[in-house]
Amino acid sequence: MSRFGKAWVRLSENPRRGQPVEIRAMIVHPQESGFRLDDVGRPIPRNIVQRLTCTYGGKEVFRARLHPAMSTNPYFVFYVLAAQSDDLLFEWTDDRGDVATHTVRLEVSD
Amino acid sequence: MIDGAPPACTGRRNALRALAAGACLLMVRPAVATPEELAVAIRELFGDRAINPGRINLEVPRLAENGNIVPVTVTVDSPMTEQDYVKSIHLFAESNPQPRIVDVELGPHNGRPRLATRVRVAISQHLHAVAVMSDGSLWSTAVEIEVTVGGCAP
Repeated sequence: MSRFGKAWVRLSENPRRGQPVEIRAMIVHPQESGFRLDDVGRPIPRNIVQRLTCTYGGKEVFRARLHPAMSTNPYFVFYVLAAQSDDLLFEWTDDRGDVATHTVRLEVSD
Repeated sequence: MIDGAPPACTGRRNALRALAAGACLLMVRPAVATPEELAVAIRELFGDRAINPGRINLEVPRLAENGNIVPVTVTVDSPMTEQDYVKSIHLFAESNPQPRIVDVELGPHNGRPRLATRVRVAISQHLHAVAVMSDGSLWSTAVEIEVTVGGCAP
C-alpha cells in the first residue's frame, strides 16, 4: 500500500505575467529514515520521498532530490515565473517506487 | 585479605569503565557524521571545484526546540536572468547520520532565487548551503543551530 497521503499545493494570489509566483507544496508521507527501530528492536526499512518534480505547461521548472534528513510530510516553497495560464503538475516518488501526483491550474493575468 | 581487596576492586572498576566507554562508542559512532563525511559528500557532488564564501544566505532558527521539523530558508544573490541564474542549491547537516539533506535544481524560469523547506537536525551543529551558478561558480555559507530535542530519525 502506498504510504503517500494527501497533497497540498498553494499559489500566491493574482499571478501577473512575468512576475514570480510563490508555490508552497506539501505531501503527507512518513519519510521513514531507515535509522529507526521498531518495538522489538528491528530496523524499520527506509522509505523516503526521494524526488519531487514540478512541470509548468509540460516543461520542468523544479526538481528536488531528497535525503532522509528531510522532515516527515516534505514541504517546499519555491517560485516560478508566470508566463501563460497553464497546469502545474507535481510528482513525488518514494523509495518503494510509489508515485503521487497533483495538478494545480495557474491562471495568469496581464 | 583486606589489603588484597582494593586492587581486585580497581581491576573490576577499570574493566567496567572500559566496557562503558566501549558501549558509548558503539552507541554514538553510527549516529553522527563527522565533518570529514561532509567533506566527502561535498567532493562527491562538486569534485575539486573551488567553493567561495558568500552570495548565499541560510536562515534557520538560532534555537530549534524540535529537531524533527526545522524551518530553513535559502536565498541566493542572483538576478535569475537567462545569462545569470542559480543552477542548483544543496543543503548539508555536518553532524547528521548522513550529511546530505536535499539537492534542488533551478533555472531562470524560477524568477526568484529563494527556497524554503523543513529539515531534520539530529544534534546541535552547523548547517551548510552551497549554490551552483550558471557560470559554474560555487558559493557557500554555514550557520550554527542549537537543538533542544534532536530529530531522532534523520
